[in-house]
Amino acid sequence: MKSLLFGLCLVICTTIGAQGYKVGDVATNFSLKNVDGNMVSLSDYSQAKGFLVIFTCNTCPYSVAYEDRINALDFKFKSKGVPVIAINPNNPKTQEGDSFEAMKVRAEEKGFTFPYLIDEGQIVFPEYGAQRTPHVFLLQATAAGNLVRYIGAIDDNYQDAEQVEATFVEDAVEAMLAGREILITETKAIGCSIKV
Amino acid sequence: MRATLFLLLILLIAGCREQNKPKLGATTQAKSSTAKEKPLDVPFPVYDYAGLAPLLNQKDGKTHIINFWATWCKPCVEELPDFERTFAEQKDNNVSMTLVSLDMPSMWSKRLVPFVKENDLKGNVVILDDPKMNDWIPKIDKDWGGGIPATLIYNDNKRAFYPHGFTYEELNKELLKFTN
Repeated sequence: MKSLLFGLCLVICTTIGAQGYKVGDVATNFSLKNVDGNMVSLSDYSQAKGFLVIFTCNTCPYSVAYEDRINALDFKFKSKGVPVIAINPNNPKTQEGDSFEAMKVRAEEKGFTFPYLIDEGQIVFPEYGAQRTPHVFLLQATAAGNLVRYIGAIDDNYQDAEQVEATFVEDAVEAMLAGREILITETKAIGCSIKV
Repeated sequence: MRATLFLLLILLIAGCREQNKPKLGATTQAKSSTAKEKPLDVPFPVYDYAGLAPLLNQKDGKTHIINFWATWCKPCVEELPDFERTFAEQKDNNVSMTLVSLDMPSMWSKRLVPFVKENDLKGNVVILDDPKMNDWIPKIDKDWGGGIPATLIYNDNKRAFYPHGFTYEELNKELLKFTN
């Protein structure tokens, strides 16, 4: 009976957790450990106009395919006030390659210019409603908090950066910074499910 | 020895079947020739979404199970034996099963082909190679976020999409709604 209840709770809890943010919602702040050992919060960035919060990991082939492009996004938009904050949502107990040590190695190898945070206890990803890696949430810093402006994929071609026709995230950030309407606010992509 | 011959025969048949459908694979291959060389020696048909779509819309009186999976997707690999078991039990009940692999081109001969062989998969394995995901994911189901495993079950009268994994019992329960 107890295990039945537990099972039921698991189902319900997962369903609630899976809802996450919609475009327009206020995103929560967090304080997570970076690969350099320091804690990182959105509130550390008092001058930021927004954030590219990207749930990604070491082990997913799609995440790996996007690593260089995530670096490029950070290079392009950090100076304009919209830095990349990467969060690894996977449970290292189920996915060994996503341990904190392995994250450090990967960040070093790929020369990540952005914080790469571990979601210890897997608290933050369900709040955002990240479903897969990579999964991008563009936030805009406003007086009312960090508003979610875009949710989805980085662009429309994971296989080949040169074949990309729609740069969803770049377009969204450019529009946000220019005060224009973001035309595409949600996109879908195949990705690796988050390992709990 | 006999087993090897048998396997060879299967590979040959699969190879011929692939060649018999040049139009379906043609768009993908034509497109990719401008990108990078793709391994074409896989014994499964390679489709873009337009090529796959007819398999999702057959009116042949059968119940079709279409499972979206990849060898790198742990929960997909875990539920495959349950799909195979169900298919083995139900195939004489007018049920067909297609396993749509979303493995990347670099994994086809390295991972996918050995995986299908080792696990002796009986479902009809096809490859969906179409990076324009934001275009085709909503065409399969408007509410699908793109997470796998995911499964479509349909027949002439009914259609349902399940953006989640299945246990053996759950799959059979759903399938019964189509076959009864």
